[in-house]
Amino acid sequence: MTAPQAGEPPSTRELPPVLELTGVTKEYPGSPPLRILHGIDLTVDAGELLAVVGPSGSGKSTLLALLGSLDRPTSGRLRFEGRDLSHLADTELAAVRAHRIGFVFQQFFLLSGLSTVENVATGLLYSGVPAARRREAAVEALREVGLGHRLRHRPDQLSGGEKQRVAIARALVGRPALLLADEPTGALDSNSGAAVVDLLRALNDSGTTVVVITHDRDLAASFPRRVGIHDGRVDFDERRPHLAGDVR
Amino acid sequence: MSSPRRRTRLRPTDLLRLGMIGPRTRKTRSALSAFGICLGIAAVIAVTGISASNQAHLLARLDQLGSNLITVSPGKDAQQQLVPLPSTAEKMLARVAPVQQVTATGATKAEIYRNDLVPKQQTGGLSVLAARLNLLDVLHATVRSGRWLDKAAENLPVTVLGDQAAQRLGVTAPGERVWLGGQPYVVRGILAPNDLAPELGTAALVGWPQARAQLGADDSAATVYLRTHPERVPDVQAVAGATANPVSPSMVAVSRPSDLLVARGEAKGALTGLVLSLAAVALLVGGVGIANTMVVGVMERRGEIGLRRALGARGGQIAVQFLLEAVLMGFIGGIGGLVLGSLAVYGYALVQGWPVSVPFYTIVAGPSVSVLVAAVAGIYPALRAAGASPTDALRSA
Repeated sequence: MTAPQAGEPPSTRELPPVLELTGVTKEYPGSPPLRILHGIDLTVDAGELLAVVGPSGSGKSTLLALLGSLDRPTSGRLRFEGRDLSHLADTELAAVRAHRIGFVFQQFFLLSGLSTVENVATGLLYSGVPAARRREAAVEALREVGLGHRLRHRPDQLSGGEKQRVAIARALVGRPALLLADEPTGALDSNSGAAVVDLLRALNDSGTTVVVITHDRDLAASFPRRVGIHDGRVDFDERRPHLAGDVR
Repeated sequence: MSSPRRRTRLRPTDLLRLGMIGPRTRKTRSALSAFGICLGIAAVIAVTGISASNQAHLLARLDQLGSNLITVSPGKDAQQQLVPLPSTAEKMLARVAPVQQVTATGATKAEIYRNDLVPKQQTGGLSVLAARLNLLDVLHATVRSGRWLDKAAENLPVTVLGDQAAQRLGVTAPGERVWLGGQPYVVRGILAPNDLAPELGTAALVGWPQARAQLGADDSAATVYLRTHPERVPDVQAVAGATANPVSPSMVAVSRPSDLLVARGEAKGALTGLVLSLAAVALLVGGVGIANTMVVGVMERRGEIGLRRALGARGGQIAVQFLLEAVLMGFIGGIGGLVLGSLAVYGYALVQGWPVSVPFYTIVAGPSVSVLVAAVAGIYPALRAAGASPTDALRSA
């Protein structure tokens, strides 16, 4: 669907696309089966920052689950960094998530019994990193998101914006190739939301591919690429390279 | 970054930390669940411990009293009438090779009363017996107060009362007088209870010469007590009847009192079995409590399960996390039960004056069984957590 664009950094041009979906459908069993996605074709290159935008019920979250290897397509092919995920066992998919993909959710999903730094360190728990190293990386990630002074706080002692920054720190602590954010500003006020988007943008600048799923058209419009989803189909795929570096 | 296809294992310390998350964040609920299983284990420990303490007490008593005592007493004939032992019985029994000591008590025609004002029929179920001087020595019995009979006293109107006889007569100290065989007798001593010869508890013992002279006793023994070589007890038991009464050996009652004590201990053991099965039910209920807590926990923590799957946890790792939570609850409950049960045993044994004995196998088995029960209880919730689809878990959280 996309070819490498002129003006992209040469280093990313030589890499295989981070994500490559070809004719991907997703059905849920029932009579008749419920088809959520219809033949999605989508390529996301390394280093891209894009928004997948669509109204509620359009299939965005299902698409996010497939992109993040949390679920498998019913048919079609899904490649991640050039490798076909449809042939991988569940344990191998889990390893891909642990090592290569970071998630940010609207509800944050911070663990209430753990401190901020422990929550962030959980992002490396399933990657085989020793505890001391996990903690160091978590402290570093929290400093990156501007929460170096909140290491020992519990989630219920943080504001909504801070919680989402902790969640972003948890997603980036493993230095993933792909960061998937599902309505990351959905539960935040506009100022906190803007700070979160700035953070995602900064992450993208450092080389991480960022895909944001949102129903917020204004937010999506500020991204260099936006892919519209409607009724489980790609409605539009717009690129505005001039917005790169100008998100919010 | 390491190869994305490499499977990663959680370290034991990480697993332990994961397992502690549930109990740490839901303290009250976890504590109550653990308490259920704690009560079951405490019941098991208490019942087995109290039973073992009782057994230890019994063995200590047997060690003290000796298990080589044989009692030979009159048996019953076809009309259920007691057949007295022949007058030669005591001497004949003393000649059996493995018999080391012999003593006897003899019947008298006398009754004992507190004083001469008590109506004749109110005997209080007490008996007056003639006693050999070596009676206490052979029975390993002791006097609680006062003194035992001696060469001088066996010819005098003095008596030594069994503990219950003293109580029924209202005699509290030696030196008091009682009405025995129609004349006053001085109480010389009061016996301590003796498990091997409980019949002496309700007896008033008088020296044999005095009994023969004043109380209508003859030389024949009513009951003969034998101490035998410890390893030859069954042999002596086998020949005692025929030795005591060669004409009608079947009219002699031969018993080994220590066997009765052991049998009594075993009867208490049978009760222990019943209580143990009740404790097992309590454990089962505790397990169901843990399962319930875990199932609710899994439902409440769908978001966490979804998040962990997104962070790369495999279904098996999620299952292990929840199973470990259940096991930890069981372990905590088991240790709590061990402490609670041991305290109960200690308190009960202290009150009873028994040695404290908590069998080692229960110390190991208590927590092990509670861990096992908790693990079984945790299997279903753990599998449910592991089987939840990550997307469903995240969506429904």
